Amino acid sequence: MREYIGKGALRHDGIEKVTGQAEYLGDIKLNGMLYAKIKTSPYAHAQIVSIDTSKAEALPGVRAVLTGRDENVMVGLYMVDRWAMAAEKTRYYGEVVAAVAADTQEIADRAAELIEIEYMPLPPVLDVREAVKASSPQVHENSEVYDYIKGVFHPEPGRNIANRTKVRKGDVDAAFLRADVVIEHTYEQPQVFHLPLEPHGTIVQWGAGDKVKIHTSAQSPFAVRDLFAHGFQLPRSKVEVNVPYVGGGFGGKAGIHMEPLVGMLSKRCGGRPVKLIPTREEECATFPCRQGLVARVKTGATKDGKIIAEEVEYLWDGGAYADYGVNISRAGAVTACGPYDIENVKVDSVTVYTNKIFGTAYRGFGHPEVFFGIERQRDLLAKELGMCPVELRLKNLLMPGAHTITGELITEHTGRVDKCLKMVAEKLNVGQDYTPEEKAEFQKTGKYRAKAAAVLQKSPAMPTWSASSAVVHMNEDGTVHITVGGVDFGQGTYTVLQQIAAERLQIPIEKIVMAPGVNTDMSPYDWQTVASRMTVLCGNAVCEACDDLTEQLLEMGSIVLRASKHEVALGDECVYVKQNPQYSMPYSKICMGYTYENGNAIGGPIIGRGKSIAQGLTNLDPETGQGKTALDWTYGAHAIEIEVDTHTGDIRVVDMASCLDVGRVMNEAMVHGQMIGGVLQGLGTTFSEAVYYDGEGRLLTRNLTDYKIATFKDMPEKLEICCVETPQLDGPYGARGIGEHPLIAITAVIANALANATGAEMYDLPLSADRVRAALAKE
Amino acid sequence: MRQIHLTVNNEKYQVYCPEHITLLTLLREHLHLTGTKEGCAAGECGACTVIFNGKAANACMVLAPEANGAVVETIEGEAKDGVLSPLQQSFIEHHALQCGFCTPGMIMSARALLDANPAPTRDEIKEAMEGNLCRCTGYEPIITAIEQAAGGERGA
Ligand code: FES
Ligand code: FES
Repeated sequence: MREYIGKGALRHDGIEKVTGQAEYLGDIKLNGMLYAKIKTSPYAHAQIVSIDTSKAEALPGVRAVLTGRDENVMVGLYMVDRWAMAAEKTRYYGEVVAAVAADTQEIADRAAELIEIEYMPLPPVLDVREAVKASSPQVHENSEVYDYIKGVFHPEPGRNIANRTKVRKGDVDAAFLRADVVIEHTYEQPQVFHLPLEPHGTIVQWGAGDKVKIHTSAQSPFAVRDLFAHGFQLPRSKVEVNVPYVGGGFGGKAGIHMEPLVGMLSKRCGGRPVKLIPTREEECATFPCRQGLVARVKTGATKDGKIIAEEVEYLWDGGAYADYGVNISRAGAVTACGPYDIENVKVDSVTVYTNKIFGTAYRGFGHPEVFFGIERQRDLLAKELGMCPVELRLKNLLMPGAHTITGELITEHTGRVDKCLKMVAEKLNVGQDYTPEEKAEFQKTGKYRAKAAAVLQKSPAMPTWSASSAVVHMNEDGTVHITVGGVDFGQGTYTVLQQIAAERLQIPIEKIVMAPGVNTDMSPYDWQTVASRMTVLCGNAVCEACDDLTEQLLEMGSIVLRASKHEVALGDECVYVKQNPQYSMPYSKICMGYTYENGNAIGGPIIGRGKSIAQGLTNLDPETGQGKTALDWTYGAHAIEIEVDTHTGDIRVVDMASCLDVGRVMNEAMVHGQMIGGVLQGLGTTFSEAVYYDGEGRLLTRNLTDYKIATFKDMPEKLEICCVETPQLDGPYGARGIGEHPLIAITAVIANALANATGAEMYDLPLSADRVRAALAKE
Repeated sequence: MRQIHLTVNNEKYQVYCPEHITLLTLLREHLHLTGTKEGCAAGECGACTVIFNGKAANACMVLAPEANGAVVETIEGEAKDGVLSPLQQSFIEHHALQCGFCTPGMIMSARALLDANPAPTRDEIKEAMEGNLCRCTGYEPIITAIEQAAGGERGA
């Protein structure tokens, strides 16, 4: 038996990517292709008075000019509230108002400039706390007509509330009266960009007979097909979605984006393919981002440190549209208090419409935002009680036998957050004080060091029916092709699937090929590539497909070898007789069928198929929030040591340890890759990333200079990655998803360490040098 | 329109193109060398890095006429006769890529660095690569890949 799970296995797509051969959306050119340009709103909130496209239409080389008043379609994944183009009013700066298709990009750009639009500005709604009030101006006047998934989401028409998810457990009011200590704080986080290096590109060809072919840089090809077909009332069979290599997504390429708009342009141009590649500025201003969050957290505890009550209000800054955001407020409610065992809980998690860029899925799906407040709150409570913050956490963490705030039972298979915390806290000696000499040095240099630790959790938030499938074809020579419907946009899922197949089929991994890209006409169905669900759901589908293939090989082998099926086995790419291994038949001789000398033929090409569907998920009770939305929980913890330069406000990460309970390490290098990458993205969110607007709601951060992500210079000096392995019962080989988790709670652990180093308690992000300096000045 | 002569990956080209386009557009749209990526078109991300007359440069910041007579190396020239360079091999071995969109630019920046400094320290690597952004890998594996390739190339 060769082992393919665990160590080893290089990326399946390394060669294509290091040579520049990997084809991304922007690299595709089709015959007769036209180029698109969008015209966007310069106002955050305005009535569209008139649109004059005549000058643009007169420009030679322009093939179509489209406005929301010509033709339009409504889109949205969970809440259908967004038109492809604004028709009556614009709800955020950067919203698409019109679009052009032309022979060249230059002509399209020029034509878009020539479109004249008259606006009547309306007062913008920019602050969630104001927006949520009944007296606020409405971002959507007629939201009661919007379609949404009933029973799952709870909009409040007439107010800027797209969803409210409630959790009620025990009796918080009584518990607060009983508590020895009660603390309450409000934490604020700005919106954040996903910033994949590759923008959202799309090519659509609306062919004759309404046969639509879409090439797009998307995470979820089947969701694009589904939503496109739904929007235009087309059968799914007429919409083909092809996803080439994707240059990063982080949630921002889930759902549907410009495909409907570009589709309408193509239709207008007689079915010629139309390509839209947004500029970086458009990518920032027009495409969705991570929601902002204002979190009010009130916590009650006994004096020995047991948390007995928590009341949480999350106001998610959903921006102008909430198609995806509603599910983030729901996920935020389920995870609202972190991995803690708390008896009395009251949560209101609300997606609020504002006149800002709209929010969508972002790596961690609400959890990084929730954990900033929750893990800050734990340290603040420990301080109030005079307890060690690690001890306080250990005293309250969810352990087997406990129930989550939504009533889910934690078992010994769920994963162990306590082990993760202990591991990282030990690695960095969190809690150990510095020596008097070290402290003297801090004073002298003005550079203070401190440590902190924090925990994290996440589960996928997906519909109860979320499913995956896989097809495994064996080729003439015994090599194997696997097709799945989920996308590998860098996270390495396909390599893990290859490993699973190699292990299952006992075939060298080099002989297993993942079909690159996904095509909905040819690939088997997958709900969406989101929520760190691929290794588990798609992995299980590949297991089943390989087992199906194996059965067929054994069947064929036993007939050809004239042995009972239970007496043959697979090994070394052969079927052999267990008693007599020299009687064997290579896969290559039987996988396309077998013909005897007399002409009798049996079998035929061998194809394995597999599927899996999320098990045991329910909707949440609308009043109490009780139910099960988590397929599995992945827990983890970070510990950190930072150095704060009190003169400049700069924070340097001196040492760090991160740990996840991954269930089973499938590919060590890739687990590390996901974790290091996620941590760095978390450092970006902590130190520099924030979407800024001016007082009128006009976007200020429109490029990579004004919006800074982490660079080579921002790496932590030391980062140790470690794993706990508590096998997940239904995960392939015990594995769980880990793609999103590493960046959760990073903001909190750094803010906690900052407080420990300097006494400056910060309740909002980012912890940029100027803001830290200002906080220190207040101390 | 303007005629431009240039050498790309040891091949000579003669291109007619508009004056105002960038070297990046010239490479991608006129020579169909799409390995070089566009991430920002503003000199801020490094995805379009090529070697321009011996030095790493953002192709989106070079105007096509400036490239007249220039010698340019792009990612397509890094593997020779279908064999990956030690640098490319090292990127694969050390998992220095995920989505791969930054990878061509990373490799060209690293190539320029190693050509000028065959044994860079980690700090020198960070310094030289700072203009190349990656949203996926956290950079650590990229540094390791370059360090290891440097060792390998010197040893070879
Ligand atoms: S595309 Fe040239 S630096 Fe970003
Ligand atoms: S690998 Fe995705 S941006 Fe670097």
